[in-house]
Amino acid sequence: MTGPGREDIPIAADDDVVRIRQVVRSYAQRARLSLVDQTKLVTATSELARNTLTYGGGGSAVVEMLGEGRRQGVRASFADSGPGIPDIELALTDGWTSGRGMGLGLSGARRLVDEFTLDTEVGRGTTVTVVKWSR
Amino acid sequence: MSGVERIPILKIGDVLLASIQVDLQDRDVLALQEDLAEKISATGAHGVVLDISAVDIVDSFIGRMFATIAATSRLFDAHTVVVGMRPAVAITLVELGLTLGEVRTALDLEKGLAILAGLAGDRAAR
Ligand SMILES: Nc1ncnc2c1ncn2[C@@H]1O[C@H](COP(=O)(O)OP(=O)(O)OP(=O)(O)O)[C@@H](O)[C@H]1O
Ligand SMILES: [Mg+2]
Repeated sequence: MTGPGREDIPIAADDDVVRIRQVVRSYAQRARLSLVDQTKLVTATSELARNTLTYGGGGSAVVEMLGEGRRQGVRASFADSGPGIPDIELALTDGWTSGRGMGLGLSGARRLVDEFTLDTEVGRGTTVTVVKWSR
Repeated sequence: MSGVERIPILKIGDVLLASIQVDLQDRDVLALQEDLAEKISATGAHGVVLDISAVDIVDSFIGRMFATIAATSRLFDAHTVVVGMRPAVAITLVELGLTLGEVRTALDLEKGLAILAGLAGDRAAR
């Protein structure tokens, strides 16, 4: 494995979302994800990073290389200390938005990855973690 | 902080062509939306082609921009065609659950222009 195994990226502005897409793409390539799987992971992380910015009021992302036997993967997590999500099931419903979005970010991101964890508490913040493995 | 990246808009006959070559930031997307609306109203173009063959991801924000551009261009009696979507992007969009509304898609620029010419023919016949 060449290159860093872990990267922390602040999410404070628009261009950080672009930067996260680029970092996740390079990790996904190094983990030998197929082009389609790279695209799915990058798209999911773009959605989650934007949620962190829009609803969480900013936060940070951690992108990590995972190795498990012969399998390689990428984990990305997005954390904020924003308002939290009062109704998780509702937030994960296709088409539900509290803002002016299409309500596809969370539910769509969950479909695009292999592992999806949502950890949230009202008043404390939200952390979403996703993993995609090479096949 | 870097400035807004202005995406060039070319005029080919009655059609406006914007080729998206950069990894779009949200504000670049909004700038393109405004620039296109102005240019359609200034030129009376009957169609807009968004070439995304260089774009490696389309998320819900960018997808919504395509739909907004299409809806805006309809106000000026123009249609929008998105051309050159990469297969991996198309597969991901379907799984994300994103539909592009009234945005038409075509495999490449040539087919996109043909669709627009057909639609303009309908307009002339009315
Ligand atoms: N980090 C977060 N903190 C607080 N609330 C959040 C967070 N992420 C998502 N939400 C809530 O969950 C809802 C659904 O999120 P989702 O990403 O699915 O849709 P959206 O962002 O509203 O629209 P889209 O992503 O399609 O543009 C949001 O409208 C928001 O209320
Ligand atoms: Mg969202």
